[in-house]
Amino acid sequence: MSRPEHLAPPEIFYNEDEAKKYTTSTRIATIQAEMSARALELLALPENESMYILDIGCGSGLSGEIIEEEGHYWVGLDISDSMLDLAVEKDLEADLFLQDIGHGLGFRPGTFDGAISVSVLQWLCNADKKINRPLYRLQRFFSTLYSALRRGARAVFQFYPENDDQVQMILSTAMKCGFTGGLVIDFPNSKKAKKQYLCLFAGSAPGSARSQKLPAAQGIDGEFSAPNSLRTTTRNPKKKGQNRTPVKSKDWILQKKELNRSRGDKPVPHDSRYTGRKRKTKF
Amino acid sequence: MRLITHNMLKCHVRGCDDSSKNFPLEIQDAQLEQIEAEKNDAFLVRMFPRLEWNALVSTAKNLSINNLPEKIPENIEEDQALLEILHTVLLETNVKEGRMVCRGCGHIYAIKNSVPNMLLAEHEI
Repeated sequence: MSRPEHLAPPEIFYNEDEAKKYTTSTRIATIQAEMSARALELLALPENESMYILDIGCGSGLSGEIIEEEGHYWVGLDISDSMLDLAVEKDLEADLFLQDIGHGLGFRPGTFDGAISVSVLQWLCNADKKINRPLYRLQRFFSTLYSALRRGARAVFQFYPENDDQVQMILSTAMKCGFTGGLVIDFPNSKKAKKQYLCLFAGSAPGSARSQKLPAAQGIDGEFSAPNSLRTTTRNPKKKGQNRTPVKSKDWILQKKELNRSRGDKPVPHDSRYTGRKRKTKF
Repeated sequence: MRLITHNMLKCHVRGCDDSSKNFPLEIQDAQLEQIEAEKNDAFLVRMFPRLEWNALVSTAKNLSINNLPEKIPENIEEDQALLEILHTVLLETNVKEGRMVCRGCGHIYAIKNSVPNMLLAEHEI
């Protein structure tokens, strides 16, 4: 798998050319939309209420469109101004900020009802500049995010960790900053469809004494066919033609014989219990 | 940036922790734009307790919007006239160009094409 975060810092990698891909490539768009929808689902927001959502690394606003469709208000952060330009052009109903999340977020405590982020967190783990210390940046990010969320709110990050150490670093930093929660891995057995979501809870809501439970992952038991975004029909696990009815079934033969009898132009054998029966293979 | 989000925004420069000064960010040389948004009273009522009312009034005055009451209103869900005003001020007033200045550390956040630049310099992180 290619790792863009090894090539250049995000504000340089997502230049105009790269940003353009996000408007022209339907493949990128569908994958992003799917992941955003799943992230939003994992947020478990109450239905029919407009919420105030933070989209971390909103890019050209693909995920924001999904948030908007659900009737929520959102604020988007991104470090690439080329991507933000595209988002501004789309005339989305959102407030966008050019921001490096490793510098921390400048929102007052208890502002947001939830936060989502698609394919961003792995960028934070990179020391792409001399002054960037990943651990420090993660700490600053998670602590300011924790305070910006309301108690009981969730933050869901879809991300592509490079290795287990990275997952460990991200998780332990988030826990140190006060979050609870963990990793939800969808389709863990599929190389292509496997998606990792970091589900973090900022405390529990006032009034609800129960602690928050990690949502269930998709595609773990029984669901072997992972949904491939490129394929619209799901593959049938059964062999081809197993439940196909034979063309010359007994009914068909009886009908044919009846027809020939009524025409009377050739001898027709009488019907018996052997009519249209399958013969043994040794015959 | 709409004014509702401005009301949530404080300076995030490291060490600029004086809460009396790092909020609200002062908007200067603003070019405002009226945008259209669907009215959503339930959302406004829900967001109302999160607003810092005094900061909102002073920011609005600074932008020559003078129709907000000075005192924190009560029972806003029944006050249709006020909800109407809040809707226009919070959700339909967009700062298109200008800058935001922190009164504590003096950091200037430039706003270009409705997008504030929140990037910090090396010594501020």
